[in-house]
Amino acid sequence: MVASSSSLKLQDLIQEIREAKTQAQEREVIQKECAHIRASFRDGDPLHRHRQLAKLLYVHMLGYPAHFGQMECLKLIASPRFTDKRVGYLGAMLLLDERQDAHLLITNSIKNDLSQGIQAVQGLALCTLSATGSAEMCRDLATEVEKLLLQPSAYVRKKAVLTAVHMIRKVPELSNIFLPPCAQLLHEHHHGVLLGTITLITELCERSPAALKHFRKMVPQLVHILRTLVTTGYSTEHSISGVSDPFLQVQILRLLRILGRNHEESSETMNDLLAQVATNTDTSRNAGNAVLFETVLTIMDIHSAAGLRVLAVNILGRFLLNSDRNIRYVALTSLLRLVQSDHSAVQRHRPTVVECLREPDDSLSRRALELSLALVNSSNVRAMTQELQGFLESCPPDLQADCASGILLAAERFAPTKRWHIDTTLRVLMTAGTHVRDDAVANLTQLIGGAQELHAYSVRRLYSALAEDISQQPLVQVAAWCIGEYGDLLLEGSCEETEPLQVEEEEVLALLERVLQSHMSLPATRGYALTALMKLSTRLHGDNKAAILEKIPLVERGGSQADEEAKESKETAQLSEAAPVPTEPQASELLDLLDLLDGPSGDAQHPPPLDPTPGGALIHLLNLPCAPPPPAPIPNLKVFEREGLQLNLSFVRPPGTPTLLLITVTATNTSGGDVTHFICQAAVPKSFQLQLQAPSGDTVPAQGGLPTTQLLRILNPKKAPLRLKLRLTYNHFGQSVQEIFEVNNLPVETWQ
Amino acid sequence: MIKAILIFNNHGKPRLSMFYQPYSEDTQWQIIRETFHLVSKRDENVCNFLEGGLLIGESDNKLIYRHYATLYFVFCVDSSESELGILDLIQVFVETLDKCFENVCELDLIFHVDKVPNILAEMVMGGMVLETNMNEIVTQIDAQNKLEKSEAALAGAPAQIFKSPIYNCIKKNKIPRNKFNQGGERPVL
Repeated sequence: MVASSSSLKLQDLIQEIREAKTQAQEREVIQKECAHIRASFRDGDPLHRHRQLAKLLYVHMLGYPAHFGQMECLKLIASPRFTDKRVGYLGAMLLLDERQDAHLLITNSIKNDLSQGIQAVQGLALCTLSATGSAEMCRDLATEVEKLLLQPSAYVRKKAVLTAVHMIRKVPELSNIFLPPCAQLLHEHHHGVLLGTITLITELCERSPAALKHFRKMVPQLVHILRTLVTTGYSTEHSISGVSDPFLQVQILRLLRILGRNHEESSETMNDLLAQVATNTDTSRNAGNAVLFETVLTIMDIHSAAGLRVLAVNILGRFLLNSDRNIRYVALTSLLRLVQSDHSAVQRHRPTVVECLREPDDSLSRRALELSLALVNSSNVRAMTQELQGFLESCPPDLQADCASGILLAAERFAPTKRWHIDTTLRVLMTAGTHVRDDAVANLTQLIGGAQELHAYSVRRLYSALAEDISQQPLVQVAAWCIGEYGDLLLEGSCEETEPLQVEEEEVLALLERVLQSHMSLPATRGYALTALMKLSTRLHGDNKAAILEKIPLVERGGSQADEEAKESKETAQLSEAAPVPTEPQASELLDLLDLLDGPSGDAQHPPPLDPTPGGALIHLLNLPCAPPPPAPIPNLKVFEREGLQLNLSFVRPPGTPTLLLITVTATNTSGGDVTHFICQAAVPKSFQLQLQAPSGDTVPAQGGLPTTQLLRILNPKKAPLRLKLRLTYNHFGQSVQEIFEVNNLPVETWQ
Repeated sequence: MIKAILIFNNHGKPRLSMFYQPYSEDTQWQIIRETFHLVSKRDENVCNFLEGGLLIGESDNKLIYRHYATLYFVFCVDSSESELGILDLIQVFVETLDKCFENVCELDLIFHVDKVPNILAEMVMGGMVLETNMNEIVTQIDAQNKLEKSEAALAGAPAQIFKSPIYNCIKKNKIPRNKFNQGGERPVL
């Protein structure tokens, strides 16, 4: 009985840990104690080993490592004392799961303990076996457990039955051993054993159709057991709030559901009893409601009489109005299960379901959302969408994505008119633009493009929406596209379906420029805006060079429109293929802003295939047979290099503006360290006008990461020779760097 | 099937962590943290069911919880369990603890941390409901405790002292103990 003098009893250890004021203090106490425990394990004091392990398990619960106690568990399990076994088996459950090597070593001890004849010990062994027994262990010990099913002690029998369930889950072939005893076990009076038996039979039936067939013969017996429970008077033993053993009732009802499914005869046998339970169960307490719900689910799942089904759904409808939120939750869950098979019955409760959308309880509103979306059909789509839009405006963020995509899907399937469809999609984008799926943009552009009579309407609505808010990216992208395509319709005349809106060309261009320059705009969005500007510059000024910028013909959706659902995913895939750039805002693809002409929907249809070479794209596109010879592309210029940081300039002289030069400054970093706080400033001679746009970032990541770009706009009205000075400041390898230099060797094409 | 049973206090400190599926220790800790995070956000007047959570809420698992005074009792179950049934099961568990510890409160769970898993093991085994009759459970626990006591006596060791001196003091002074549904953890002297 040598306990180390400074080693604590469990309660004292707990006390000491609680008194620790900081995490560090607690850790200290625990480390000190663990050292004692380790020593004690080494010195092998068998009498107090169980106390040491108990302390270790406590420390383990608090989150500290305890693996050095694994072998001690084995020793304690092998001890003849119950006290030792108790802690040892618990330790095995907590520390010795299947993946530990030492796990198999407890098999022998378990085997011994199972045949020991002391029910408390047998109970311990069965408990650990059912919690962590590996497949191998289950195979080894199956016959032992089978024997225990016939033991005189009900306590042991009930544990053995549940252990059998675990064994079958691990090793399905063991079903053969555990099926035969079930018939006998069903005659049990002990509720615990009966509960386990029902669980076992359920497991067997779920795994094998042969077992299912076999146990259908026992339906009358099961009905009898349930009837006895239901009609028994109040008995203190197993009743919860006046309901006799609701746990057992629920288990039996679940088993009856499995047995009666798709089987006329069995369904008929249980019909009367189910009706009896459905009408007589006391619903004032939770226990009764648990039984009632299970009954309803069983009625709906088997071949029950029509009248009974109606009764069942009505019960659920009543529960939807119950003041207890738990009941409403389970009602919603149950209705969701039935919405496929009994759609019209569930539809009757649609108004109540929609009410539940307004629940402050997130769990409830989530269920209500799922169910509402499942209830949308062609006749209620307008009303339902209205409700769902309202929900979208106020629901918690984690539900917004589901709600948005649900509305869009429903709109896709049931839209009564194209205009309604466009309006609905627009509203979703305005409310929850950041949460919609990637294909929403492509879908909407497709939709608008295909509705010629609505072009004017669409562009006006989108323009107004954009003018109000340029932060919702998908909306901005669609709006930019639409303005680019139908800008002429926007500027001329009025549209009868919207309020009169007089829009000047400058306003439109200003808006698009705002989008281009906004820090909220993703690179893809800027691409849309830039493309729109280019389209407008040709369309509004009648420049005939750009046949490429003519109105885009509608991209054909694959196959017939007949089977919408089957085609839907294919369509979105096709559209995604046709429009890779907008859906993937990766700046690396958009290094040179001029690449963007490869972008949005429809361009893939146009010959010639677009060649995204930096700096050359625009020029090549204009290289069409009917166009006058284009100016040769201006070569790039490398202007700066220091320790892996490189600065490149690329030049563009947009046609139609002979005094304008666009320079893109690209900073790349091939070194091992990031360049941070990167600022590039430029200076030009007095006769020039210089405008610096916001850079894409101020960090140039190392190892060839995403380069930083910045656009310079230089107006040279006097066509004077260009001179350019650059000033760079940045931090690199922990040093701040400043460089000022004049750019030499500027190509003459930049200013002539 | 019940995947896990967790008891933790209002600050997320675990008082019992029982997992019925083989999760790694790191995963277990993540589950405890995530569950506390989800459950502590809930208002008082909402339902007792929670979905979501990346780890334990995957596929069709849900969290069913009850808040008693300073403790959360959380059962993580799959769709084969009756939600309302589990609510009753939690109540049975708490009432059983109440019977074993006499007007149980958080302090009892703290200082009898080795006894609580034993009580639970008489109710839930391998993730399945074993016994729901409180008397049966308590009878078993008493029998097992007697067995331990007699072994201790045989070994000649001093009778097992379950409580530390300080804890004994608390009990003797009979500071009014609140029933589970009302009171809170008593201050540590």
